[in-house]
Amino acid sequence: MSRLPADLAKLQEIIEGHARAYGLDFFPVVFEILDYRMLNQVASYGGFPTRYPHWRFGMEYEHLSKSYSYGLSKIYEMVINNDPCYAYLLECNATVDQKLVMGHVYAHCDFFKNNLAFSRTNRKMMDDMANHATRIRRAMDRHGVETVESFVDLALSLDNLIDPHAPFIVRDRPDAGEEPSRPVAQRMKSKSYMSDFINPPHLIAAEQKRLEAEAAARRRKFPAQEVRDILRFLIEHAPLENWQRDVLAIVRDEAYYFAPQAQTKIMNEGWATYWHSKMMTEKMLTDSELIDYADHHSGTLGGRGRLNPYKLGVELYRDIEDRWNRGRFGKDYDECDDLRERARWDRKLGLGRDKIFEVRRVCTDVTFIDDYLTEEFCREQKLFNFDHNPKTGMYQISDREFRKVKQRLLMQLTNQGQPIIQVADANHRNRGELLLRHVYDGVELKHDYARETLRNLHRIWGRPVALLTVVDEKSRIVSFDGEDFEEKDSADKVA
Amino acid sequence: MILRIDQDHNRFRQIVRGRIKQDLKRYISSGELIGRRGKDLISIPLPQIHIPQFIYGKKQQGGVGQGDGAPGTVLGPGEKDGGNQGAGDQAAEHLLEVDVSLDELAEMLGEELELPAIKPKGRKNIVAARDRYVGISRYGPEGLRHFKRTYKETLKRTIRTGNYRPEHPLLMPIRQDKRYRSWKSALLPQANAAILYMMDVSGSMGEEQKEIVRIESFWIDTWLRHHYKGVEIRYIIHDAEAREVDRETFYHTRESGGTVISAAYRLAARMIEQDYPSEEWNVYGFHFSDGDNWSQGDTEECVTLLKSQLLPRVNQFSYGQVESPYGTGQFLVDLKEALGSDERIALSKIENKDGIYQSIREFLGRGR
Repeated sequence: MSRLPADLAKLQEIIEGHARAYGLDFFPVVFEILDYRMLNQVASYGGFPTRYPHWRFGMEYEHLSKSYSYGLSKIYEMVINNDPCYAYLLECNATVDQKLVMGHVYAHCDFFKNNLAFSRTNRKMMDDMANHATRIRRAMDRHGVETVESFVDLALSLDNLIDPHAPFIVRDRPDAGEEPSRPVAQRMKSKSYMSDFINPPHLIAAEQKRLEAEAAARRRKFPAQEVRDILRFLIEHAPLENWQRDVLAIVRDEAYYFAPQAQTKIMNEGWATYWHSKMMTEKMLTDSELIDYADHHSGTLGGRGRLNPYKLGVELYRDIEDRWNRGRFGKDYDECDDLRERARWDRKLGLGRDKIFEVRRVCTDVTFIDDYLTEEFCREQKLFNFDHNPKTGMYQISDREFRKVKQRLLMQLTNQGQPIIQVADANHRNRGELLLRHVYDGVELKHDYARETLRNLHRIWGRPVALLTVVDEKSRIVSFDGEDFEEKDSADKVA
Repeated sequence: MILRIDQDHNRFRQIVRGRIKQDLKRYISSGELIGRRGKDLISIPLPQIHIPQFIYGKKQQGGVGQGDGAPGTVLGPGEKDGGNQGAGDQAAEHLLEVDVSLDELAEMLGEELELPAIKPKGRKNIVAARDRYVGISRYGPEGLRHFKRTYKETLKRTIRTGNYRPEHPLLMPIRQDKRYRSWKSALLPQANAAILYMMDVSGSMGEEQKEIVRIESFWIDTWLRHHYKGVEIRYIIHDAEAREVDRETFYHTRESGGTVISAAYRLAARMIEQDYPSEEWNVYGFHFSDGDNWSQGDTEECVTLLKSQLLPRVNQFSYGQVESPYGTGQFLVDLKEALGSDERIALSKIENKDGIYQSIREFLGRGR
């Protein structure tokens, strides 16, 4: 890695000044300039110079290298959430691109620092990633590359089974300490001489027995509440060797580190795009660079038919800014049904800039869309739903109805587009088997993958595993006992 | 420069080729990138391994998009569900596949058969192309500008156009005046290889036998080309007589008549003597026949030729005997008896197409 050449260092200083003047607030940014091979390597490692050895990084690298050498795509920039923030520039980019990229990077960095979803992420992840690499290499030295790598494969098979909200809330508070008091059957109030008639002793005794059995059952139930952070549950309760526990912990750490980036894809890219375009058009563009800039900027925002997070994000920020500048929000505006007046509506509040800074602080993609995607915006941006038409085998536009579009969009963003799976019972059938429950929300799991994942889970749990889910619109339990899969209808409701 | 990622990348390639971690094999899918070369769309194969996870089944799920179009507007084809696709009404986009390069192929071959890398013989193994500045060109990078020549050109032009004033000799070079150093890559001696293919085309060698020879020689070519900068290939066919032919003829001629193998060996020996002195060339001889020689006397003649003329001059001489319904296969037995202990000769019996695999390993497995 080389130091930044003088011209770019100068540029960095200028751009940093602009970013600060606009009110962006960021960690120190360190730019590194890399050739395409190095950049592809860094990108394959998810932005980090050092990761543990694993073939999937090589797979990513092959993809990036092939796309690059056939001219299909190229990475302009990489930036990682760390303090200081590291960003990588592609050596062969023209100056105008470097400007754009640097502006973009400062906005990303501001977002990392200020968005609340990132507030619990590890800001020294660069160091930790290197430590992870050392730990896994050490395990490989001790137990063999093949053994450790295969276990990493297993862990990765489960690395979406985390609870992205866990850093912010305490899910299970430890009990007050003492055993919960023995349940006592309720008696009806009565005079003492009437007591045996109003509360017949044999009924009370039966009730008492029932309550105690229930309490015992509750105590036997483990975990007491369903657990979403399955990786953590396995680390704590699966019969693993220490190095295996360590591998799971590493994979889990990294999954939590990357989770907020998946939660804020639209917001983050939108924010960066908003600011690079602002800086470029208001401050930095020279005449000779205009065409190239316009070309690359529109390239970023393009994409035929597909929803582009850069585009959606930046347009939504601009829309919010405009609405809050003109006071197009609140009860009065919402209740105004005179279309002409609505179109003319301008209270000259000038709150736009403050509002988008607030939005970038408190929202994730879900709340960003939920709170600010309006019907007008949906119409102006020509959003639509598309579906698969089984007759023609083609995807086609199904409707442009605001509610449906927004609902579908939110569906896709919920839990980063991943199904919610929870540990329901770790002592399933009272045999120490693991039962997971898929919290069904209308979309079924990819069945063959689910089976294979169960197979992997079995290798970690060591006892039969089962998944309660929905297959072909029926509640089913899919289980794997180490040799065979079994599938049967389930009486339990999934949802 | 070796990158850290290369290790991961190698590992991935090995998994894809099924060399290691067989249990991941069932997760491999053959993706592709669609690229463009000139007017053609090309498909770039991109194998992927998907680690299974609990994810939503796509089942032709829809989504949200952005753009023009009324409800019903077709956006694009869905993923193939496999099986009953039905006849489409659109012409398929014609895709050219970007194959693996021959070099990659050779590497795979090497890995698959566990072939050792060839070590070219002795002092012929000098491969170094050195760039030397030998000329002057009108174009080049500023770093290589030849100041003196540029100055001269500028001076000449200024005088020619009458702008030169001796009392104020200001010279302004323009684009056309500039001269740059240019270089040539000096060709230094390098490891060269010559391959001589000999094939029996007598009546007993049928189409199937030739097919085997074709396939096998393709792989041999690929492997040797991978190791040598310059490879020359010559083809000899023989029945009762031997002659040199071009590649096309070599593979497609069908003659009839008897078989006198020594004729071919004699011709090969002459070629080597004339064109491929063994100080400069790594020579490989490959002879394919069905093993039916004209007479025992000729076989003895062959052995003598091999011993005295061919073997001392080649890296390796390989004889592949292709099973045919007519041949007796005696030649292989005789060679083995006479020369079996000589490590410069490789003998192989190819019973059918499946035997090619083993045979290539026998021929190339010695790293000579």
